[in-house]
Amino acid sequence: MADTVQTRPLAAPTEVGLGREELLGMYRTMLLARALGQRMWLLARTGKTHFAVSGDGHEAVQVAAAQALDRTQDWCIPFYRDLAMMLHLGITARDVMLDDMARAEAPFGRGRQLPAHWSARRLRIVSGSSPVTTQLLHAAGVALASKLRGETAVTLTTCGDGATSEGDFHEALNFASVHRLPVVFVVENNGWAISVPRHKQMAVASIAERAAGYAMPGVTVDGTDLLESYKVIKEAVDRARAGEGPTLIDAQVVRLVPHSTNDDERRYRPAEELADAKARDPLPRYRAHLVAQRLLTEADDTELKQEVAQVVDDATDFAERSSYPDPSEIATHLYAGR
Amino acid sequence: MNMTYREAISQALRQAITRDERIFLMGEDIGRYGGSYAVTKGLLADFGEERIMDTPISEAGVVGVAIGAAMGGLRPVVELMTINFALLAMDQIVNHAAKLLCMSGGQITIPLVVRTVGGAGRQLAATHSQSFEGWFAHVPGIKVATPASPYDAKGLLRAALDDPNPVIFIEHSLLYGLAGDVPEEEYSVPLGKADVKRTGTDVTIVAYSRMVQVALEAAALLEKEGVNAEVMDLRSLRPWDKETVLASVKKTTRAVIAEEGWRTGGFGAEVASTIASEGFDYLDAPVQRVAGVEAPMPYNKALEQAAIPKASDIIAAVRAVL
Ligand SMILES: Cc1ncc(C[n+]2csc(CCOP(=O)(O)OP(=O)(O)O)c2C)c(N)n1
Repeated sequence: MADTVQTRPLAAPTEVGLGREELLGMYRTMLLARALGQRMWLLARTGKTHFAVSGDGHEAVQVAAAQALDRTQDWCIPFYRDLAMMLHLGITARDVMLDDMARAEAPFGRGRQLPAHWSARRLRIVSGSSPVTTQLLHAAGVALASKLRGETAVTLTTCGDGATSEGDFHEALNFASVHRLPVVFVVENNGWAISVPRHKQMAVASIAERAAGYAMPGVTVDGTDLLESYKVIKEAVDRARAGEGPTLIDAQVVRLVPHSTNDDERRYRPAEELADAKARDPLPRYRAHLVAQRLLTEADDTELKQEVAQVVDDATDFAERSSYPDPSEIATHLYAGR
Repeated sequence: MNMTYREAISQALRQAITRDERIFLMGEDIGRYGGSYAVTKGLLADFGEERIMDTPISEAGVVGVAIGAAMGGLRPVVELMTINFALLAMDQIVNHAAKLLCMSGGQITIPLVVRTVGGAGRQLAATHSQSFEGWFAHVPGIKVATPASPYDAKGLLRAALDDPNPVIFIEHSLLYGLAGDVPEEEYSVPLGKADVKRTGTDVTIVAYSRMVQVALEAAALLEKEGVNAEVMDLRSLRPWDKETVLASVKKTTRAVIAEEGWRTGGFGAEVASTIASEGFDYLDAPVQRVAGVEAPMPYNKALEQAAIPKASDIIAAVRAVL
């Protein structure tokens, strides 16, 4: 069962050093991720696409992570729930939809890759693979390359709480710590791994406790609190860039929907736990904060939502109009040329 | 009784757990969720958490622990969600489960069953759609079952559970809904015995797992053209039944081998080389192989379908040997 997290008042914007434009930009990305994700969910549930996996409930920490990175040099190796992080790093809604519909122009795999496995070389985003947790090792390796090449880039990578049970989690953290690599490990801890609750994955109360075993800092944060998450991740990114090594962040988030469109969570998820999760939805929480801080009016909010809805419609139409790959392309990109 | 492949496996597990208190199941989401392909549905409620154990996401760990539990006197049955994730447990399976008996001078047996699911066709893309039966069949010390029908699934699972050796039991994700006659009581189908699914005189089509269905479909179409194909289901790949295959080729003088996975190094190559070296004199044409396109399996549906062998591919291969 998901642990209960105390809801604290959100950090004041001045505390985190972000201006109005950035604060509202993060809100817009959360709205866009939610709307785009829900559209893809609907397409899958109505049989127009085959499959969808959602980040609903994870958006705050994802946007915070993207905001904390230096988009001119840092690397990101996400996992399948990180839509909001991707959008905030610069992946477009159209690209996401092309990929979702397995079209020829889909930039992340030309119709070969599953949805939610984003890659963008220009943004230094590398797809996590479907077998969980492998991306943490890749992130350590990218960070090793940055270090050996004398670059100042930081690599941020994510996984779910269940994924921390794999050996790769241990191996990545150990390697990164031994070599003091510039990497930040963010666990988006929603308390579930498909049907398996966290207490069956691990005996520790907090994933952050594990950091002690690798002699790196471990921080627990309410991952539904955007600004707290930003503060914690920014600090970890700054540490990494300063050559002080990796950090493990346990971001406690909520899963607002079933594991994927293939899942029926009523089989295993208690109604009360789902209700508690919904009460921690990061979106209304951040919106209320912006309104309270007089950064957002009801009219602004309505306008933003309309604009975002248009972006989603445009992306859907654009992808629907584009063509499928040709079967003759099955084996392209199997080997690199010289 | 008429039941599906899924129900047959589920019934075999239920009967085994009921009969033998050493048998227990371990796997990801096998408890309340009932398994990714719903094979263990209902078992947790009836047998409890010690017999139906949800594990952390930790394939190498779970197979390693199961090897230990087998040494310790239990009979673990591990469910690996898909064969693609079996790769994470490869060291435990290949370096340990397969070798401990031999490398302990025959002292330590590992009565372990690893159930897993292979195959493509469900639009799950490259890392969820692979066919690694041949990889496991390559390894001395383990046995490999690849059931293609509800009857064989139940009987081969009983044989695997009775076997004192590690058995990799590879189900196919597109066969779970296939229905057929299955006796209610327990029975065993021996590992290493092929099954002639359809007798014929003109050509032998050797297949296993889902390709048996595709071969039968091809044979039905060929019959309309006046070609009488014999279809053989290997049922297990280690041991595999070369005698039955050779006897069939002796009769038909022509052979086509169909497998779903990649051609290079596929199990079909083993069958073809055996026919070439031990049945050369029977042959009236070179052996033909049908296999999947050599590329990571695409997500896009049309591309995926184009990458998987179809009845028309088998028919083309048959035409080539006639
Ligand atoms: C190696 C491997 N084993 C099993 C799976 C199947 N699987 C996909 S997602 C998942 C649950 C992951 O849970 P968690 O890491 O907590 O992330 P969440 O999906 O809850 O965000 C599992 C078991 C997989 N993809 N890879």
